[in-house]
Amino acid sequence: MTPAIEPILRVEDLRTYFNLRTGVLKAVDGVSFTVEPGKVLCIVGESGSGKSVTALSILRLVDAPGSIEGGRILYRDTDLLDLSEAQMTDRIRGDRIAMIFQDPMTSLNPSFTIGEQIAEGIIAHQRVGGDEARIKTVELLRLVGIPHAEERYHDYPHHFSGGMRQRVLIAAAIATEPDVLIADEPTTALDVTIQAQILRLLADLQRGLNSAMILITHDLGVVAAMADKVMVMYAGRVVEYADVETLFSNPQHPYTKGLLDSVLGLDAPADVELHSIPGLPPVPVNMPAGCSFRPRCSLALDVCAQSFPELREAEPGHEAACHAVDAGLARS
Amino acid sequence: MTDVPHLGRPRRVPAFLETFWASIVVFSRHRVSFTALIFLILVALVSILAPVIAPHDPYVDVGWRNSPPGEDGLILGADGDGRDVLSRLIWGGRISLLMGVVPTLAAMLASLLIGVVAAYSGRWADQVIMRVLDMFFAFPIVLMATVVAGILKPGLATVCIAIFIALIPYISRLVRTTTLTVKNEPYVEAARSAGGRGWEILSRYIVPNVIAPVIVYTTTLMGFMIVLGSALGFLGFGVQPPAADWGTMVEEGRVVLRKAPHVSMFPGIAIVSVALAFGFIGDGLRDALDPRMRGR
Repeated sequence: MTPAIEPILRVEDLRTYFNLRTGVLKAVDGVSFTVEPGKVLCIVGESGSGKSVTALSILRLVDAPGSIEGGRILYRDTDLLDLSEAQMTDRIRGDRIAMIFQDPMTSLNPSFTIGEQIAEGIIAHQRVGGDEARIKTVELLRLVGIPHAEERYHDYPHHFSGGMRQRVLIAAAIATEPDVLIADEPTTALDVTIQAQILRLLADLQRGLNSAMILITHDLGVVAAMADKVMVMYAGRVVEYADVETLFSNPQHPYTKGLLDSVLGLDAPADVELHSIPGLPPVPVNMPAGCSFRPRCSLALDVCAQSFPELREAEPGHEAACHAVDAGLARS
Repeated sequence: MTDVPHLGRPRRVPAFLETFWASIVVFSRHRVSFTALIFLILVALVSILAPVIAPHDPYVDVGWRNSPPGEDGLILGADGDGRDVLSRLIWGGRISLLMGVVPTLAAMLASLLIGVVAAYSGRWADQVIMRVLDMFFAFPIVLMATVVAGILKPGLATVCIAIFIALIPYISRLVRTTTLTVKNEPYVEAARSAGGRGWEILSRYIVPNVIAPVIVYTTTLMGFMIVLGSALGFLGFGVQPPAADWGTMVEEGRVVLRKAPHVSMFPGIAIVSVALAFGFIGDGLRDALDPRMRGR
């Protein structure tokens, strides 16, 4: 699975905890992954599984009461956790690593025109003059498929539809040709018909720039269409990590299997009942020892109540964290 | 420079002027607010031009005591000392408008700083600032102003300081609440993720989105502050005789209210109409400051 290309971003044993009054919420607990230029890593999981906190941790934007408690985030050979706040704002955020948020309706400043907002970022990061930044902005707006870009430069965010705003946000994100693009459920708030367009646009731009992309989603259809590698998260931990073909053809972890089973194929008979995983994901505060998926797992063993399974290679390039898999029980 | 593409409409003026103009267009669509603004501008002009416009010296008796409107050639009559009510009204407008506008604007600026700092820094700074303001809050605004005015020597400056201090808790609280809301908007997080520095986010993302409701509230308060200033004048904390703001004029007419109601009535009407005008302007500003109301 490891391609010959050097990873541009390497996250090792990342731990982001929230110190709440009720206890410590381990939102991200020992997560490791790599992304390579030109490749797409999809992070999949339910709400609260730690996907978004992982993304925010990479940019070091986790607010109190949350904090990054450990691990390394290596961009090229620099550990982002060692940088000063000023270095993060000047050199990393919105420059080398850019982020696209979920809700395009509220992710733009309502008080300024979209052109000014994009140009502002260009001026800040690329040290160019106003005219040059404006020309670049119009080019970017054209690139993301906004018609009449010169005129729409002067429009406020409320003049745009959701899909168009997401294009604007994408334009802003790619303005500095970042090495890493993080897209946090970029199509969740959009109409289904627009989703495919936006995803295609994102994929084209990302490949064109040869950027690495981390795409956060809970939509397995998106994963199948976009991903090179997939990381499945559950309650703050990675439960399965594989390239996309392997994951879809040979899922190991019972949770991943459950997720895949709860999607209906187009060729499924009309009367088949949709599979769902029983129970709810736990809130990872004061987690008991053992596997966090155990209460919902059909394969739970005695050992699952005692220790959390380590992420282990089930086959070359395919890791899963499950005692049942380790015991050879999960072969389907 | 021929390479620079034509960005939309031809642009001969800076962007902020264009925004300003768009706001004025929205504002002028509000008939009532627009009328109120014209009215206030007229009142302000008349007050500023008092030395030219006022028909008589406001401090010298020019007619019979309490002579009713129209007699002795005095359009609004004379007060208890035989002074021209119209001239006193025109001169008094200078003081009343000043009391309504200047301390309120100053309080807005101070509150903007206090409220944004409190909300943005959070934690203990927020607690300290807001608890101190709560203490001021415990007093009704008129009592608060009365206390301040009572400590200092009577005069215009005293009234202005009293209004300034009395208003800060009210506006600061609004600023803080609005800032807390704006601070959690996704576009602020997006700005941070795009590498926005602290002060950039403050000046480009927080303040522009906080300021609209604050300006609207402040404008509405200006009318109320003319009333409050008048009340302080009425209680004797304001300018001293023979000068008079509108509130003091109402007070002067109090003793002859039955015999010569016009002495109190005209300044009273002035106070009410100017206060109302400020309120109406606030309504229009609410729309004018909202980018969503601006046309393409």
